[in-house]
Amino acid sequence: MSVLVYTENWDGQFKKLSFELISYASEVAKSYNTNVVALSIGNVDEAELSKLSQYGADKVLNLSNAAYTEFNAEYYAKAISEAAKSEHAQVTIFANNITTRAIAPRVTIKLDAGMVSGCVAAPESIEPFVVSKKAFSGKAFARVKINKDNKVLSLNQNAFGIKENVKAANIVSFECALETSKAKVVEVSKNSGKMSVLDAEILVSGGRGLKKPENFKLLEEASDILGSVATVACTKPVADLEWRPHSEHVGQTGKVVAPNLYIAVGISGAIQHLAGITSSKVIVAINTDKDAPIFEASDYGVVGDALEVMPKLNEALKAFKANS
Amino acid sequence: MKILVCISHVPDTTAKIAFVDNNKSYNKEGQQFIIGPNEELALTRAIDIKEAKGGNITALTVGSAEVEPTLRKALAMGADDAIRVNMDPKDAFNVSKQIAEVAKANQYDVILTGREAIDYNGGQVGEMIAEWLIYPSVSGVNDMDLEPGKAILKREIDGGYEKIECDFPLIITGQKGIAAEPKIPAMRGIMMARKKPLIVVEPVQSDNATEVLEHSLPASKASCKMVSADDMNELVRLLHEEAKVI
Repeated sequence: MSVLVYTENWDGQFKKLSFELISYASEVAKSYNTNVVALSIGNVDEAELSKLSQYGADKVLNLSNAAYTEFNAEYYAKAISEAAKSEHAQVTIFANNITTRAIAPRVTIKLDAGMVSGCVAAPESIEPFVVSKKAFSGKAFARVKINKDNKVLSLNQNAFGIKENVKAANIVSFECALETSKAKVVEVSKNSGKMSVLDAEILVSGGRGLKKPENFKLLEEASDILGSVATVACTKPVADLEWRPHSEHVGQTGKVVAPNLYIAVGISGAIQHLAGITSSKVIVAINTDKDAPIFEASDYGVVGDALEVMPKLNEALKAFKANS
Repeated sequence: MKILVCISHVPDTTAKIAFVDNNKSYNKEGQQFIIGPNEELALTRAIDIKEAKGGNITALTVGSAEVEPTLRKALAMGADDAIRVNMDPKDAFNVSKQIAEVAKANQYDVILTGREAIDYNGGQVGEMIAEWLIYPSVSGVNDMDLEPGKAILKREIDGGYEKIECDFPLIITGQKGIAAEPKIPAMRGIMMARKKPLIVVEPVQSDNATEVLEHSLPASKASCKMVSADDMNELVRLLHEEAKVI
């Protein structure tokens, strides 16, 4: 028996998310009194793979066949379900993100399993197997029971946290016969170096209160001062007006985020937007309207015009960074 | 081109959520139900392609009779016919199995779903259908074109996009961007929708792999601490010393 984790890599590197998944799997494995097996697919070197053992991986399966360097839902689902079978995994764990959403449901069917996506905590019991998840796009939680022997879970980023748990993991090479797929990637375009709103620890997010696209430079400046952990996000109307790219749209139909700090600038707080940000640890609102709903969702509030407040905030952040 | 668009029947995005029956069920009283926003955009794009290049669009929902107005709206937007699988949708495993059975019987070239339904945010049904049918799939698509026998798609990836080509048949899960704005049914479409076929099929035997035991609402935030707009040093101090996030 085991708990299997699929640890995705980004150009050969793991992210904090990968370590969070291993930490989560360790907690699940504890309930079953069993081991954590991590599966890595693609080109990841030994030093990077061994990092997984810092958070509780007892064994690391490494599938580095060149044919797997390019993502394909069918290949990946096959490999992961083969690993789950050979490791007798009771539970298979994924991140809840754009890549794994293409593979985890397929793995679920291959394993005749029950799947819960968007888990926010470790299972409260394993017999029966009950776990809590986000529902209604962050407006509620649901406790869900899985009725099948095999379980597949996807964990929301930053829902569990990273816990060190040093093990001496074996790194074992893993092979899986190749499938053929009709879906062919013909072009990839990457704007490298730019942090995704899903990965940022700090989001400086703007709404229509910024009045015009040029004013987002005030937010970019704040993000630059806060450093590489920060990036700029926006609301749906701002993306729809094409002031900012759709990839920055946070909310019910855009990205659901969970940063440490979310600074909402000129955002009134429509329910669809709030749904996307409720998992943020701390929310700061800057808005002219003291009755705007955003303040009800926020920890700190500033009533004022974003265009007047932001330059002052940037000065204060600069002074703070200079002294720290 | 035979296209199946699977749509969810979900509470409006502006809905306030409440629960009944010891928090076991969602309170539908007084709620407006809509076609899920992801599927509405996917359907819009499919209709645009059909109108330009020909084909047939079937809209499908798994649900009891209460979902029929949602299917009628899909017909009013421009779908040619509709199928309702007569089952209360409780679990993606079961729902995907039902849709896969319909698809096997009708042999569609393209099956479209949304990225996720906005009620339980599972994001599972589309890829599960693909696995039941052993079809290729492309998920999270925000740009779609269909040519005879082939789909040309773009999907967002970390920090960029990838362009994918795939021969029919395939499953596509669509999201924001696949169409700019959802199509609004015209009066003529609404009139025609009444006469378009809506077939009810009974579910095949399958089990629910999961069940919701209980719901809860997030704890409301403690009151918001207000800081003067003239004292941003104080805000920075609070974020550093009290909240410890910078």
